[in-house]
Amino acid sequence: MTATPSSSVRNPTDWKGAAMQKRIAGRYAAERRFKLLGMAAVLLSAGFLAFLLISMIGNGARGFTRTEITLPIDFRTAPMVVDPATVTAQSLVSANLQDVTAQAAVTALGPNGDTLLSPNAWLTVRDAILDNPQIVTERVVISVPASTSIDLAAKTDASAADEASYARLQQSGMVSTGFNSAFLSASDATDPTQVGIWGAFKGSLLTMIVTLLLSFPVGVATALYLEEYAPKTWWTDIIEVSINNLAAVPSIIFGLLGLAIFLNLLAFPRSAALVGGMTLALMTMPVIVIAGRNAIKAVPPSIRDAALGIGASPVQVVFHHVLPLALPGILTGTIIGMARALGETAPLLMIGMRAFIATPPGGITDPATVLPVQIFLWSDEVSKGFVEKTSAAIIVLLAFLLAMNGLAIYLRNKFEKRW
Amino acid sequence: MLTDEQQALKPNNAKMSARDVNVFYGAKQAIKTVSIDVDMDNVTAFIGPSGCGKSTFLRTLNRMNDTVANARVEGDITLDGENIYAPSMDVVQLRARVGMVFQKPNPFPKSIYENIAYGPRIHGLASAKADMDVIVEKSLRRAGLWDEVKDRLHDSGTALSGGQQQRLCIGRAIAVEPEVILMDEPCSALDPIATAKIEELIHELRGRYAIVIVTHNMQQAARVSQRTAFFHLGTLVEYGVTSDIFTNPKADRTRDYITGRYG
Repeated sequence: MTATPSSSVRNPTDWKGAAMQKRIAGRYAAERRFKLLGMAAVLLSAGFLAFLLISMIGNGARGFTRTEITLPIDFRTAPMVVDPATVTAQSLVSANLQDVTAQAAVTALGPNGDTLLSPNAWLTVRDAILDNPQIVTERVVISVPASTSIDLAAKTDASAADEASYARLQQSGMVSTGFNSAFLSASDATDPTQVGIWGAFKGSLLTMIVTLLLSFPVGVATALYLEEYAPKTWWTDIIEVSINNLAAVPSIIFGLLGLAIFLNLLAFPRSAALVGGMTLALMTMPVIVIAGRNAIKAVPPSIRDAALGIGASPVQVVFHHVLPLALPGILTGTIIGMARALGETAPLLMIGMRAFIATPPGGITDPATVLPVQIFLWSDEVSKGFVEKTSAAIIVLLAFLLAMNGLAIYLRNKFEKRW
Repeated sequence: MLTDEQQALKPNNAKMSARDVNVFYGAKQAIKTVSIDVDMDNVTAFIGPSGCGKSTFLRTLNRMNDTVANARVEGDITLDGENIYAPSMDVVQLRARVGMVFQKPNPFPKSIYENIAYGPRIHGLASAKADMDVIVEKSLRRAGLWDEVKDRLHDSGTALSGGQQQRLCIGRAIAVEPEVILMDEPCSALDPIATAKIEELIHELRGRYAIVIVTHNMQQAARVSQRTAFFHLGTLVEYGVTSDIFTNPKADRTRDYITGRYG
């Protein structure tokens, strides 16, 4: 079976020989190995994802709940005068509800009873009165939020004194757990029971709107010009290389650029969604340009020929044929760019969006913060109550991201259906 | 300049005339001093082996070569006596007057109706919906496609068969009422039955439009054309009445090509 290489007659291949069988077995083994490696990689990443989600949801779910104390209040003996017929939010501001609530707490819970309630507890009492003004003439029971220490004692562990107060409350059956609606409607605060995510959420929303409005038209126009109009010269080559490099620049450098140009040179308002959005738009635009150029390149030239051949002008070719066919690909690039912008923290720190801001921004020029920066700030807090709030904020950020991507995927599929 | 036979052939109503046309792609010359007249009343076929320049020359007739970055055209090409490479010529209008059908059927990824209506719409040929409906029906009838698609005008044009797609593209070209139709190997991607339908259609369109067809298929040239031009290596070797070219070619290269010696 050993043929000399010099032999001019080639031996017929022995397809059934031992050497060939060994080669076949080796090939099968290689395929099995590759498949196993792939499955191991998928399992590993799925495991990490599951760990992340479970720990986030486990911690974060507590951030959406609060410990409440069922507080009996007798308005007939309370130091206040309110006419149930003319009650408004305005008139209740001067009605001394803070004292009424504290008094009721002392009556019901003992000498230090008012410290067991959240400083915001009177707001719940106010809302209850606004709901049903008739209660100011009666003795009622209202569930009000507990203080941070009681909340912590209920959820995790706290100092011995707090645990003891919590145990007393539990024995008298006065504690319950409720949905923390304030977390979704309030803004940053110093006390963890009072913080909310709405301010940061609105800041993120406004920032993303500014980013999208700036980066999408500019990015798409750039991609169209470079692909459809620009002559291929060394000058356009330089622009192309610059844009590709821009997409790889670390985000904090865009922050420095934003600080230098938008804040120092142009004197735009500090910490505002406008400047944050402009800075993130600088970062997102190259991604859209690159994805857009690839999508435009993928439009078959025969479609351009067909349109030119019946006398469409270059602009008509672009806007009637090339752009609609490239739009799904452009949207995919936009999703990637916007998702990155939404999760970005570093450049926003540079332009002052890390400030403590306790009211939601009214517009794009108001001081604002964004979700990832809020997460960063809360994770830095000493108070233990912020741990679960941080996780809850992460859940809100992920939900925002999923909603944004879902919308973009819906739009993409909608445009793809137009064959 | 024209040879004696070409002078003799010179039609009474030449729709397009080319005189001493040279086409360059960068430094490479693809067309060498070609002069030819395209007759209004007859179908003109361009034949020749691959790479002989017949498609390149066809694309100079409606300036589709403008889209190729380094292409350069010298010489005169006129449409009704008007130089189409003159600065005053509007290339968009020229392409509406000199329509084109491509090698591979390339309908727009839109409905059948929209494929036909697109050209008339951008040129403002119809404003009311009813006018547009008339144009669409007339164009599809003329393209021999109406009976097959009249019940599904709003289906995608890309869902049709290859032959139907090519007839849709012909319908799309004639919807803007061009004066000349250039066809670049319109049947090379089609089966024999679809090819026969397109050839029949070319017969019916003859006289209404000046038609130039590039083809690899010599039988097709013999079947559909009245004038045949044989291109080889960028030059126009022979141009004459189709039956003469096929039965009594004057040049050796033409004879060798049509008898299958090379090609």
